[in-house]
Amino acid sequence: MLLIYCPYCEEERSELEFRNGGDAHIARPTNIAEISDEEFEAYFFLRDNPKGVIYERWRHIHGCGRFFNAARDTVSDRFITTYKAGEPKPDLDVEPKTPETVETYEALEGAAQ
Amino acid sequence: MADQAIASRKAPLAGRRGGSPAAILTPAEPASRISVRAAADAVAGLSAALGVTLPVRPKTSASSGRRHALWLGPGEWLVIDEDGADLMAAAASSGTVHSAVDVSHRNTAVIVSGPGAEVAINSGCPQDLSLALFPVGACSRTIFGKAEIVLLRTAEDTFRVECWRSFSPFVFGLLSEGAEDAGH
Repeated sequence: MLLIYCPYCEEERSELEFRNGGDAHIARPTNIAEISDEEFEAYFFLRDNPKGVIYERWRHIHGCGRFFNAARDTVSDRFITTYKAGEPKPDLDVEPKTPETVETYEALEGAAQ
Repeated sequence: MADQAIASRKAPLAGRRGGSPAAILTPAEPASRISVRAAADAVAGLSAALGVTLPVRPKTSASSGRRHALWLGPGEWLVIDEDGADLMAAAASSGTVHSAVDVSHRNTAVIVSGPGAEVAINSGCPQDLSLALFPVGACSRTIFGKAEIVLLRTAEDTFRVECWRSFSPFVFGLLSEGAEDAGH
């Protein structure tokens, strides 16, 4: 079971108590009525879906009920850090410990026996 | 002449019994409850009006007689009065800016007691309920199987499990199963 540290409860809790809230640090445009459809699309729909570290909003919905932010490695599913909503994006000086991954199809395609 | 229809209160878990020698399940008596939201500057006034100090640390509760204040989140509390006192009036008399919602009939509670109480609750709840991490007086909103519950440890071997009344048959049933397992 994955344990997630809630910065409000100041404790690690089971993932069952949490719900993902999508990408964090997405600023809503201040002139939302004036921007073009393409700009609105980029703000509203388009996400990076990175392989590696992602900054996300999480909600401790079956606990304190509060939203907070988390830096998570999308490959290993490891939570690198969590911090309260409204706090700036932390500087992560450590490289996330992501194990070497093998893209089973692409990497082994040429070596197929 | 037709008999006059008189509405009477029906407790959601009325008459239920359950548990095992290791963990006895008892539906709690009806109580009054309010859900309170307030900023930090209203805590002192509300505490004075309610007669119980609203705790500000995570996972803590405060009790005054049969009235309990449970920390649920930052600026959010569940206040329970087992004698059914009018908590809404008490909160309103505080003169502070706050939100109070009467949830007396939304919630019901099961008292789980006995040496296997921890095991019975852990059958559906992922939290560490050992005395070191969840001492007497600790409380937490958490999950029990599919239902959200609020746990309060009232004694070393006794928990109060608050749940929504519509979930109460599920909670009581799963607790019964857990209590059976706790005996082994």
